[in-house]
Amino acid sequence: MTSKKWLLSYHLMLLPGILLLIIFSTVPLFGTVIAFQDFIPGIPILKQTWSGLDNFKFMIQLPDSRQVFINTITIASMKMVLGIIIPITFALLLNEIRARSYKRIVQTIVYLPHFMSWVILSGILIAMLSIDGIVNQITHLFHAEPVMFLASNTYFRQIIVWSDVLKEFGFSAIVYLAALAGINPSLYEAAEIDGATRFGKLRHVTIPGIMPTIVLLSTLSLGNILNAGFDQVFNLYNPLVYSSGDIIDTYVYRMGLVDQQYGLATSVGLLKSVIAIILISISNKLADKFAGYRIF
Amino acid sequence: MVLSKSWGSRSADVFIYFALTLIAFISLFPLWYTIALSFSDKAAVNAGRVFAWPVGFNLTSYKIILQDHKFFAAFIISVKRVLLGGAINFVLTVIMAYPLARDNKKFPGRTIYIWYLVFCMLFSGGLIPLYMTVTNLHLQNTLWSLVLPGAVPVFNVILIMNFFRNLPKELEEAAVVDGAGPLYTLLRIFIPVSMPALATVTLFSIVGHWNSFFDGLIYMNKPSMYPLQTYIQQLVVRIDPELMKTLTSEQLIELSKASDKTLNSAKLIVAMIPLLAIYPFLQKYFVHGIVLGSVKE
Repeated sequence: MTSKKWLLSYHLMLLPGILLLIIFSTVPLFGTVIAFQDFIPGIPILKQTWSGLDNFKFMIQLPDSRQVFINTITIASMKMVLGIIIPITFALLLNEIRARSYKRIVQTIVYLPHFMSWVILSGILIAMLSIDGIVNQITHLFHAEPVMFLASNTYFRQIIVWSDVLKEFGFSAIVYLAALAGINPSLYEAAEIDGATRFGKLRHVTIPGIMPTIVLLSTLSLGNILNAGFDQVFNLYNPLVYSSGDIIDTYVYRMGLVDQQYGLATSVGLLKSVIAIILISISNKLADKFAGYRIF
Repeated sequence: MVLSKSWGSRSADVFIYFALTLIAFISLFPLWYTIALSFSDKAAVNAGRVFAWPVGFNLTSYKIILQDHKFFAAFIISVKRVLLGGAINFVLTVIMAYPLARDNKKFPGRTIYIWYLVFCMLFSGGLIPLYMTVTNLHLQNTLWSLVLPGAVPVFNVILIMNFFRNLPKELEEAAVVDGAGPLYTLLRIFIPVSMPALATVTLFSIVGHWNSFFDGLIYMNKPSMYPLQTYIQQLVVRIDPELMKTLTSEQLIELSKASDKTLNSAKLIVAMIPLLAIYPFLQKYFVHGIVLGSVKE
């Protein structure tokens, strides 16, 4: 039995953190009621006029919101698919290398972009993709007309998706590398005795060995289908590419904090959170079912 | 035993080395290119003559930054934010993880706390309600607006809680027998033996604080109070949307050509230096840290 003194100190240790969570996590949760109000800044929440579902109805009628929804899902699902395929391919390639120092150098390089902020990386990308940047210099060698890539609806989504791949593939590969390291070496020995080729070992030992990890991470990533990456899009987009690149989070920011339509912006954000919660629960259920994974 | 590799296997090796070297090159090139721009002559950059090596090597941009008070003010604000925010994250992580790592029997309230943490991790009010909470508390234009909303890193608390739970029970029992109180046990036993795990989560929270720009943008009304990433976002990355709507594409091209790419690149590089400085430590710990997240009893 724990003494009263110890129990009391447990509660006291938790107190500051819990208070901060109540203030900055739970209180804002109640603040979402303004999604059902005709909110005017400067008046206390309880004295605002209630407008029922008007904000939601208005939101659905806006032509922008449909496009924003499509953009979000398109960008997020492209990222999701490439964010699985490319790290796995990279991990499999790296796994074939025996030279340790070479391996370590490659890993050091490819993990680095993960730690760079999107502000910095966007600054770099803007320089590279600008009208006199290196990409246009290279295409110029092949007599192509210079393109303003970041102002072009043809290229914008591709740039978003591939720059995200560039930033994250190395770091995402760590989990697969850990899974690859966990495969029992005697399986490879047995395959060799059975006369398996290098490709045969890859197909019959390596891939099945990391399959549970692949299934797990794929199902968990489903919960992110509405997260197209605010920091990245916010730093790379501009009004010329709103039609292909504006996503829910940037839309909420502009509508709410720039145009001061708090009620409307909150209703969009709330709808997103509700869908996200449903998706996260589904993906966690699936992950539990297929890979026996539970967060707790 | 020496295995002689088949011709096919050896050519596969060549291909793999080639592919990986190419991948590493692509990952590193953007950074390399920016460094090359920052040391180049402004005219050479604007004429599009810089590829992978500085043209007309000079240090002008870095000299300008050294004299740029606004840049340094922003840098200092970021450093303060990292120190304050990192310290708060660290303290809250350990003092919350420690009691939560007790058995349910020893700490009857534990389950309720855990559920509340999970609830907070899953449900958030979103941008506008959080913004209103922070402004109602009059935290705008203070460092607190940047560190308090994310003061409890819930995911890290759970991670470290799991780590504490996997430590041998004897460690704590011995301390209790010797008459140690809970705080003493945490400070003298749990923290020292968990240093690698704590270093991992702390380094990650430091990087998070250093890299974030958005809270600085929305909570700081005066540009003189921007942390470094917000400062860079506003001065280097952002194009004024109003301007964008009114200009023709020829004018936009002119605008893009007029921007000082050399100086901007140098600013990006200087903003990255602290990160590059802690990167070796990060790399030492984070692989371990990721594996640690999956460890459960």
